[in-house]
Amino acid sequence: MQFGIFSVGDVTTDPTTGRTPTEHERIKAMVAIARKAEEVGLDVFATGEHHNPPFVPSSPTTMLGYIAAQTDRIILSTSTTLITTNDPVKIAEDFAMLQHLAEGRVDVMMGRGNTGPVYPWFGKDIRQGIPLAIENYALLHELWREEVVDWQGRFRTPLQGFTSTPRPLDDVPPFVWHGSIRSPEIAEQAAYYGDGFFANNIFWPKEHFQKLINLYRERYAHYGHGTPEQAIVGLGGQVFMRKNSQDAVREFRPYFDNAPVYGHGPSLEEFTEQTPLTVGSPQEVIEKTLTFRETFGDYQRQLFLMDHAGLPLKTVLEQLDLLGEEVVPVLREEFAKGRPDAVPDGPTHAALVAARDARENDDEKVEVAK
Amino acid sequence: MTAFKLVVVSAGLSKPSSTRLLADRLTDSTVRRLALEGHEVDVTVVELRDLAVEIANNFVTGFPGAGLRAAIDAVTEADALIAVTPIFTASYSGLFKSFFDVIDNDALTGKPVLIAATGGTPRHSLALEHAVRPLFSYLRAVVLPTAVYAATDDWGTAGDGLTDGLPRRIDRAAGELAALLAGRAPATPELPEQVVPFAEQLAALRV
Repeated sequence: MQFGIFSVGDVTTDPTTGRTPTEHERIKAMVAIARKAEEVGLDVFATGEHHNPPFVPSSPTTMLGYIAAQTDRIILSTSTTLITTNDPVKIAEDFAMLQHLAEGRVDVMMGRGNTGPVYPWFGKDIRQGIPLAIENYALLHELWREEVVDWQGRFRTPLQGFTSTPRPLDDVPPFVWHGSIRSPEIAEQAAYYGDGFFANNIFWPKEHFQKLINLYRERYAHYGHGTPEQAIVGLGGQVFMRKNSQDAVREFRPYFDNAPVYGHGPSLEEFTEQTPLTVGSPQEVIEKTLTFRETFGDYQRQLFLMDHAGLPLKTVLEQLDLLGEEVVPVLREEFAKGRPDAVPDGPTHAALVAARDARENDDEKVEVAK
Repeated sequence: MTAFKLVVVSAGLSKPSSTRLLADRLTDSTVRRLALEGHEVDVTVVELRDLAVEIANNFVTGFPGAGLRAAIDAVTEADALIAVTPIFTASYSGLFKSFFDVIDNDALTGKPVLIAATGGTPRHSLALEHAVRPLFSYLRAVVLPTAVYAATDDWGTAGDGLTDGLPRRIDRAAGELAALLAGRAPATPELPEQVVPFAEQLAALRV
């Protein structure tokens, strides 16, 4: 089981001080947050991708490459990489390069993006969102696995005799998650390839995601990648903690009330009841997070949203201390209890290489036996 | 025999409201006519006033709270709708529109809908035709030919030789809804979501 954080990369005014960080401050804060995540023992740092203000992370592999140079252990990922509007060839190249530089500490989450104008800005048609996600990923998948690619599709210039360089590290492509909040087509796509499925369940009630994740698990088994329980599931979460629950609520309320995504709507109390948001003591965060397993089954990756809505860097770093010191160690222990041996751990490059080698050994044995 | 599910959406704001009164008259008349032909009807009334805050929250958060979700599910699964709004500023009320804004735009496809409205003056009666009917046409609902408008005066006047009074218009509209429903089978529970197998999704692109 892997624990980490994911950042939207929003530049938001702190509602308690009226101060807005500069883009430069926000970018450097994201780097500081990623380094802190490693320091407190988290497994994953993921950044979003956006192409409009007030968001800074338009160039995720540049940022992750810089973080890779300053960290040793943490997995660098995305939340999400726009498979619809990016050229799949460039994704293949950028992430393979990052994978080499980071010694394999890289995976990637595909998403379609939810900002309408990004499609036309990048010359795409939003009505083709799903077909773009399907075709572009089919090409990306092939580019990482076939040395020489001849390709013709609907959405990009044909490729003849193209080799994407560098080749993936150890010839094992980065692990891929497919993120979706509503589309069964994407759950189906993740299942087909035996890739991971990430349900960013932070805004919607759980019943909705239960359906999507169950569909993914069933189809994962249908395509012969393992049992439904062995499918690779990731979940979102968002928390704000203080030692005393009341302090957490008092401090976080102005950020909640003015948050760009859900502010000026339901009360903090209503929202925490309806969604995974937890505002309270570390113990409350532990209890709420443990319910995810009851709802969705044993899973592989839990990412928390910690640095949004204008929270100052200092506060976010304190939150990460609490997360790393008081929450995640208990969650690791509790999630390990009763977890069937057949349920895989969170994906790592080393594990993927080992699995590939094991498969090849088996194939050789079959050859010898013949 | 399975009962028809009739969902009544009323956007009246006061309690009691004449919008709800009109909705109830239309409902009673419809149920009575269907009963005469041996059809049972399950009626669910959705009072939008009670959901006003949840509807506003849905706009902000992108998902419905529990009460609103139940109302949306009821409308989605209904065999027919009776939708009644007060006329505000020459059109449906903002709350009425907002409710249909947060429902999937294919949830009403093919559903019979009886539209009705209330207002202070008869001069706004055509709002049903220039605002409410196009709303449901966009949603691909089957909007009944008779739309019922009740001005305040209608509750205290009879028809004359040239125009039907309110009870006759209610009966005519209810008759149209009952006749349309009687010719249909009640909806069966929705099948679980069918996925298009991935190979087909891929093949569809390889033209």
